[in-house]
Amino acid sequence: MTYLAKPKFHHPAIEINDLGFTHRDYEGAISTLCAGCGHDSISSAIMRACFELSLPPHRIAKLSGIGCSSKTPTYFLGQSHGFNSVHGRMPSVLTGANLANRDLIYLGVSGDGDSASIGFGQFAHAIRRAVNMTYIVENNGVYGLTKGQFSATSDKGSKSKKGVANADSPIDMVAIALQLGATFVARSFSGDKGQLVPLIKAALEHKGAAFIDCISPCIAFNNHEGSTKSFDYVRAHNAALNSLDFLSGRAPITADYAEGAMQDVTLHDGSAIRLRKLAGDYDIHDRSAALTHLHRLADEGEIGTGLIYLDEAPSDMHARLGTATKPLNALGDRDLVPGAAALAKINASLR
Amino acid sequence: MPIESVNDFVIRFANVNGSGSASANLLFARSVMRMGVPIAPRNIFPSNIQGLPTWYEVRITEAGHLGARGGVDMMVAMNPQTWDKDVASIESGGYLFYDSSRPIPASKLREDITVIGMPLTDICNREYSDPRQRQLFKNIIYVGALAALLDIDPEEVEKLIGDQFKGKEKLIAPNFKALRMGYDYAKTHFSCPLGIRVRRADLIGDKIFVEGNAAAALGAVYGGATVCAWYPITPSTSLAEAYERYCGRLRVDPATGEKKYGIVQAEDEIAAIGMVVGAGWNGARAFTATSGPGISLMQEFLGLAYFAEIPAVIFDVQRGGPSTGMPTRTQQSDVLLCAYASHGDTKHVLLFPRGPHEAFEFGALAFDLADRLQTPIFVMLDLDTGMNQHLCAPFEWDDKRHLDRGKVMTAEELEAGKEFGRYLDVDGDGIPYRTYPGAHPSKGSFFTRGTSRDRYARYTEEGGPYQDNMERLLRKFDTAKRHVPAPVLQPAAKPTRVGVIHYGSTSFAMDEAMLLLTERGVHVDALRVRGFPFSHEVTDFIAAHEQVFVVEQNRDAQLRTLLMVECGVDPAQLTPVLHYDGTPITARFIATSIASKTIGAPTPEARKVLS
Ligand SMILES: Cc1ncc(C[n+]2csc(CCOP(=O)(O)OP(=O)(O)O)c2C)c(N)n1
Ligand code: SF4
Repeated sequence: MTYLAKPKFHHPAIEINDLGFTHRDYEGAISTLCAGCGHDSISSAIMRACFELSLPPHRIAKLSGIGCSSKTPTYFLGQSHGFNSVHGRMPSVLTGANLANRDLIYLGVSGDGDSASIGFGQFAHAIRRAVNMTYIVENNGVYGLTKGQFSATSDKGSKSKKGVANADSPIDMVAIALQLGATFVARSFSGDKGQLVPLIKAALEHKGAAFIDCISPCIAFNNHEGSTKSFDYVRAHNAALNSLDFLSGRAPITADYAEGAMQDVTLHDGSAIRLRKLAGDYDIHDRSAALTHLHRLADEGEIGTGLIYLDEAPSDMHARLGTATKPLNALGDRDLVPGAAALAKINASLR
Repeated sequence: MPIESVNDFVIRFANVNGSGSASANLLFARSVMRMGVPIAPRNIFPSNIQGLPTWYEVRITEAGHLGARGGVDMMVAMNPQTWDKDVASIESGGYLFYDSSRPIPASKLREDITVIGMPLTDICNREYSDPRQRQLFKNIIYVGALAALLDIDPEEVEKLIGDQFKGKEKLIAPNFKALRMGYDYAKTHFSCPLGIRVRRADLIGDKIFVEGNAAAALGAVYGGATVCAWYPITPSTSLAEAYERYCGRLRVDPATGEKKYGIVQAEDEIAAIGMVVGAGWNGARAFTATSGPGISLMQEFLGLAYFAEIPAVIFDVQRGGPSTGMPTRTQQSDVLLCAYASHGDTKHVLLFPRGPHEAFEFGALAFDLADRLQTPIFVMLDLDTGMNQHLCAPFEWDDKRHLDRGKVMTAEELEAGKEFGRYLDVDGDGIPYRTYPGAHPSKGSFFTRGTSRDRYARYTEEGGPYQDNMERLLRKFDTAKRHVPAPVLQPAAKPTRVGVIHYGSTSFAMDEAMLLLTERGVHVDALRVRGFPFSHEVTDFIAAHEQVFVVEQNRDAQLRTLLMVECGVDPAQLTPVLHYDGTPITARFIATSIASKTIGAPTPEARKVLS
């Protein structure tokens, strides 16, 4: 199998963003995933979010592990440098890349097998280190690429394609991210673009560890009756906590929401998220209440989606380390090499 | 007969770990150095923090031998637990210094040695009421006594104490007092000096005294490393710690306090190498420091870095394996693990520094090589080099030298229309051009992956492009031969058919072994290998000698295997000399092994290779 290039042609009335780019400038190669795979919808939501934010594609670094989900970075942002690392270890590679150049926008894409099993540790540590990134888990509750084994996020009792029920307890990536101190935590559904696109936009603008657990049904191995990650199941059990719109600081959009249930949350650069609360008194600023709320929903068989937690004054790894504002990869000899005179002093101190 | 020797003996301190003896013993060693006499000290310590036995050995060596000698001329026996073994290890005619506060039955002493008992505990109990003080000053008191016994100028010790407690002047006077107490006691109770003694000389010159790991870390600073990701493991931990210390001094912007480096203590070695790979991909110079078990965990990523051609530097401070083996003992047993790290067909560049001077030099060079060759570079240290302080020539740096970032295509070059194909071999040396992420809005981006791809970094599973790529990687490895440090030849005094290949910390003992062998009338040409892939000089050297010994510190003759495989040498031509009990190899061991196995006289070819 070889790489597929997409034919280039432009519709004359095509939408153009602030950079003068069209949607095509955010596309990648043609997807080789199964037709209807949830992951492809997430790719298109990512493209849409980057287009709407007018992000220069070459300033985005997209990194992933191994799996169907991790293949997707080839299918979006063709002008960006990409990195398919090894299975489960994208977070460390992203952390290193971010250390080297803090000026790029880091997008990590992973699967539930990739992040909740083999890479569980790396996922946890990248979050607790507050690496400035958008970390999306395309969560289908199975291993897609290796053909349908249960993953660590498969719900207890959820049935495999062959009808076998999963006996083990699931890992809830959102709960874990909350516990580890992620400063932006969301859950969404690949089938709900209206919710997913603004969430990705807000995550990309967030200056800290932003985590999105995106339920993304696997057409081939996990879209049958008895599965808790199928399209039908998720549609039927989606309990949205809020719906939101992203208001760019550069070009504010106004949305017409019902009075009383609306809340604007400002991000660091002046852009804002306009939240429409659906779940009564749900407070996106209360970490522990969020955990309790999600657990309660899960007990009722519901999947809480939306923006789950936000810290409006996040810190990131560089702030914690006190690293230079100039990217480390841009420092030259004069910054880095102390020179012969300094070495002579060191020699003298060692006698 | 008591041993008589001036400036040439071995003294060993047997202590209890955690008793504060380390700094007193170092004080002793440095005092000898301040007398202008070369020393070669070594720590011998258990894998434990407190309570277990620990030894510190100082070889006092007018000839400046840097290897371990073997044998003990004087034992300072401060650990009752190891008494029998310690006393037994003294050479006949040697000396025993011990704490005589508690009587020792005559059966526990030896007839053929000089026994010097000093009631250290009694003296301390009389002098100090605080238990910690009793412990700490006991060490200083025995240093004072040793100064008298070995004819070390107490003023040199006092000067060092003064330096050590600069800024904590309150501590100086009590240390002086303890030192003098020991000195005076020895002068009045024993006949000083002993048959072994130190005589002032002028043999140190401008040499420095430094730990190998610290030297390598300083090399990383000078090599422009900005990212360090590591996970604690003996014996490499002090390398990362030294890097942090040096960066704190040399890389913090005085005006803003900003750090021109980033250090992350990773959650494990897999993450550490992952971060190094990510940083290297993104154009920063990055390294990790680890030991064998860490390298084992890093295998998958090392293969990725090799195949995807990402610069990375790995300092491997080797210890006794396999598995947790002997974590605080020295070996050279990761050679094959690193040379062929990961699955599939891989080969990696290795550097073999000997001692701190080269640890610094190769430490810095490794980053240029990693960028030039776009591949992982392993700096192969070991515990003996890394965790001991050694005398060595001062570090050198040429201010005209620049960090060589290798083949990086810049935005300007891309803009000017230069063709970019991530895996194109434009120059025929197997090394392609790369771009840093974010370099140009529309040109030069590519996808990095461990799966096969064509010359333009496009995913493909076709056999042709895969093979093409694998062959280019071999060409690149061949190019590496020109970049790694050349081997160093030390010819025998007389023409010989016998050669010896050695590397890394083994070389210190090897230098001395050559002298011992010459004394016995055995002449050998020695070649010190400093890098892998091996250059033609190595193959030529083997071809020019009828018998070649390969001296190393592991069971399975790993460098010999590498020579056989990579240089196509007949195994019969390479005779292994192996030392792997965890202690540093000695000149005596090498000389005896070689002398017992050598054949015949020199050939004309042997002369040729030496000229
Ligand atoms: C070290 C290692 N072990 C196993 C594999 C095989 N493998 C490839 S993808 C995958 C699971 C992917 O599952 P997930 O991350 O959920 O992604 P999906 O394919 O479902 O999107 C596994 C086990 C591998 N590539 N590397
Ligand atoms: S196997 Fe499942 S996850 Fe993989 S591409 Fe097909 S539908 Fe998507």
